[in-house]
Amino acid sequence: MAPPSNRRPGYSRKAQYGLFATYVLAVAGALVAALLLVISIADPTGFSALRTAGSEVTAPISRFLGSIRRSFGDMGENMSAYFDAASKNDALNREVEANRQKLNDAAALKVENNRLRKLLGLVEQAEEIGVIARLVSTSASSSRRLATLSEGSNKGIVTGQPIRGPAGLVGRIISVGPTTASVLLVTDADNVVPVMRAADGLPAFATGLSNGTVSIRPINLGVNPFKKGDVIVTSGNGGLYPPNIPFALVLGKTDDGATARPFADPGRTPFVMTMPIYEPEVVAIEAASDEAEQAEE
Amino acid sequence: MKSPLPAMMRTRRSRSRYQSEIDRSQSPVWMTVIPIASVLLASMITSLPIIAAQPLLPPLGLMVFVAWRLMRPGIWPMWAGLPFGLFDDIFSGQPFGSGGLIWSLVMLGMELVDTYMIWRDHWQDWLIGAIIIALALLVGLWFVGLAYNAPGAVILLPQIILSVLLFPLVVRLCARLDSWRLAT
Repeated sequence: MAPPSNRRPGYSRKAQYGLFATYVLAVAGALVAALLLVISIADPTGFSALRTAGSEVTAPISRFLGSIRRSFGDMGENMSAYFDAASKNDALNREVEANRQKLNDAAALKVENNRLRKLLGLVEQAEEIGVIARLVSTSASSSRRLATLSEGSNKGIVTGQPIRGPAGLVGRIISVGPTTASVLLVTDADNVVPVMRAADGLPAFATGLSNGTVSIRPINLGVNPFKKGDVIVTSGNGGLYPPNIPFALVLGKTDDGATARPFADPGRTPFVMTMPIYEPEVVAIEAASDEAEQAEE
Repeated sequence: MKSPLPAMMRTRRSRSRYQSEIDRSQSPVWMTVIPIASVLLASMITSLPIIAAQPLLPPLGLMVFVAWRLMRPGIWPMWAGLPFGLFDDIFSGQPFGSGGLIWSLVMLGMELVDTYMIWRDHWQDWLIGAIIIALALLVGLWFVGLAYNAPGAVILLPQIILSVLLFPLVVRLCARLDSWRLAT
């Protein structure tokens, strides 16, 4: 079907000028948008108030439907699970056997540990429990990996707080609204997490790859000691993330490090918890020096 | 014993059904509101509890926008890309202004397409929609890369394929909305 032509509105001068004006407006609109884009590139947090307002408005719907969770990320995994079910079953059975022995050893160690602690008179410090909240939605169509948290400043959440799930680190808060907060997930390419290998404390840092995995690069470049199955935990460097939070499992080596899958999959983490910033003083000093550097430039 | 009730209900229901379809009058409010509301709602779809590990959800706001524009070229003024795009930015997570710019360029580009391809069939419309969506996603990723660290373009491949395959469905949905809107 040929579209009805509205490009030449007859011989009326008025109508022709009107059409020309819409062209001018359209180009002007594009320029305005380009200007806004430049502003938001120069100051990435500048328009976060608008986004917060948007998520505040839609939060009731997100919360209501949150009980019926759907995970897009599961689709591919479920399909591929059919193909290697038998071999996976074998591998899992072997792993269960191995783990059972390790568990027995661990139980014995725990008893011994408790006895030694009593001897020394040590008291374990109770961890402070943060705000428990739900991840209600993500930026599923954008290449940024942001999630919306179901609680905000009403529960005392502040920008910068790390977020963890039962399995491990999820991300950190980047903006807070009255009843929602925006979380930058660890899988975002903009999120850098100081980590270490759990076995020997080898320092490294993790950057998101935006596809559900992270890349781990050792701080001492040149050596690449990672191997499949290594467990990565946070190191506490930088003062933002507390140390020894389970972080990721190494999937395989790359040229300059390794690819790892975070333990906490936001799609299967119904509840998350905020944690206090590990060393607020260090974070504040670093932020101040960053600002000074920017001012020098 | 057979109850006469089902038969009665059937006749009544079918009559009311035809009554609702024949000789309806167009409501000017619905005529303008339905296309606009459909684009805005499609932009807000990211508020649903879809937890995706990678960008996979098609840019539904843009797809509905393009579908309406392909179906009814004069439905919105040329500058409509700006307000719709900025609204999409609030919910998409992209840097603010990226949608406004991309959607404005889409409007201008479609005006060009209309000049050169006057007689089009469904397949060509699908191709145009596919090219627009793929380009919009790639340019959107580039804008993200200007503001933050961004991943490589390969990450968009599943999303582009899914969006292109879903586009005809969006067009059909808009066509149904259109026939409801115009009471035809």
